[in-house]
Amino acid sequence: MIKKNRDIYIIFSIFILFFIVNIVYLSLGWLDLWGNGLGIITGAAFTLAMYSFLYKDNPVFKIAENLFVGVAMGYWIVITWFNILKPDVFETLIVPIFKDTGKAPQFTILFPTLLGIFMLLRFSKKLAWLSRWSFAFIVGLGAGITIPNFIHAFILKQLTFDSLFSTSIPVSINNFLVLLGVVSVLIYFFFSVEHKGVVGGVSVIGVWFLMIAFGASFGYTVMARMSLLIGRIQFLIRDWLGLLQ
Amino acid sequence: MNFLKRTIPLAIAFIMGVMMAFQYYVPHEISQSLLKVVSRWGITIGGFAVFLGAYSLFHLHMTKIRRKLPGWGYSIFVFLGAGITIIFGLYNGGEFFWNDKQEGTMFEWMYFNVQVPAGATMFSILAFFMASAAYRTFKARTNEATILLIAAIIVMLGRVPIGTMISQYFPIVADWIMSVPNMAAKRGILIGVSIGAIATSLKIIFGIERAYLGGGD
Repeated sequence: MIKKNRDIYIIFSIFILFFIVNIVYLSLGWLDLWGNGLGIITGAAFTLAMYSFLYKDNPVFKIAENLFVGVAMGYWIVITWFNILKPDVFETLIVPIFKDTGKAPQFTILFPTLLGIFMLLRFSKKLAWLSRWSFAFIVGLGAGITIPNFIHAFILKQLTFDSLFSTSIPVSINNFLVLLGVVSVLIYFFFSVEHKGVVGGVSVIGVWFLMIAFGASFGYTVMARMSLLIGRIQFLIRDWLGLLQ
Repeated sequence: MNFLKRTIPLAIAFIMGVMMAFQYYVPHEISQSLLKVVSRWGITIGGFAVFLGAYSLFHLHMTKIRRKLPGWGYSIFVFLGAGITIIFGLYNGGEFFWNDKQEGTMFEWMYFNVQVPAGATMFSILAFFMASAAYRTFKARTNEATILLIAAIIVMLGRVPIGTMISQYFPIVADWIMSVPNMAAKRGILIGVSIGAIATSLKIIFGIERAYLGGGD
């Protein structure tokens, strides 16, 4: 109970502090409320609310998290309307039927529109089977496009290696390492042959290459997150508090 | 009825799959425009799928509110966020949704001042969790774990100024790791994944893989 009260006091104190800081900044004219000030205060509030999770899971974080989910969903609905449904269905099929736009309605659009509506029938107990037609169209389309594109881009292109006998020795060594890495990793993932003897030895080299790749990916991802963290801290210190120019 | 529920979807998948796979090898204008039109149809159908996702999300939170499940009060904020964004989006700065999307509206304000900061902060929090997870699990117990640890440390130090301050070779070695052993292993993985994707695509086209049809008859 004492711990819970302490958490409430901490959250309440931070809220009061945030409020006071903004009032001071607005009254001194360091933030322009009707310019971009309100946006900066909102952004700072969401940033701090999200970071409050680092202390522990709390109501402020949960409110911000749920608002974020809602806003993201609303954003995608509106963007889908403006980028897909409005230009592809509304303006090409519906508007020309009811209004003389100088363009004939494109009735071929009825086909994907119907399939799209069928997809929404997933929630109807009686007509849910119609959504299978839409999924079959999308899945078949994806499967058909995948086969030739993957063969070309991710198999044939990836099997193209530079010459092992380059004019420069370091380049030749690198080319050899790439060849060795690809072959050994493929052998490691080839489970039809028992990993013993030569195959076992080569697959061990494959594991080393994989470990280097996983380590590199981990390091790269950590630094990408760090970059985002620096961006948020910069936003708080520079854009909101104006302590950094 | 079984014909409509099972045979027709399998036939659609087969026809679409075979047609799009062969289309790639036909360098004719008609073939190119077919790909363009059908891909756009796919995007249009995908546009309707957004409403499927929205229904699913709203249904989940509505159920939480209706049954007064633990934390149901927070679900109200999902509707609040979505409602405000959709209203601003459809209002479209006074031009309404049937006109072209306007610039500098409240909808854009919501995007830049709510979604972008909240999303970036959410992802940046992962930096703390990854660091704490790495501290607890990164132990050089085996040769493989040691290789992974060294590669990660070099790549991390090679990307920050302190790495260059320690040794000017850190960025060079980090770049080499990324472009030679990392690239080789990623190529191997990519080739394996592609063979798997092609095999799955063939199974879908020939009706062996039917999970996309869902349950029931």
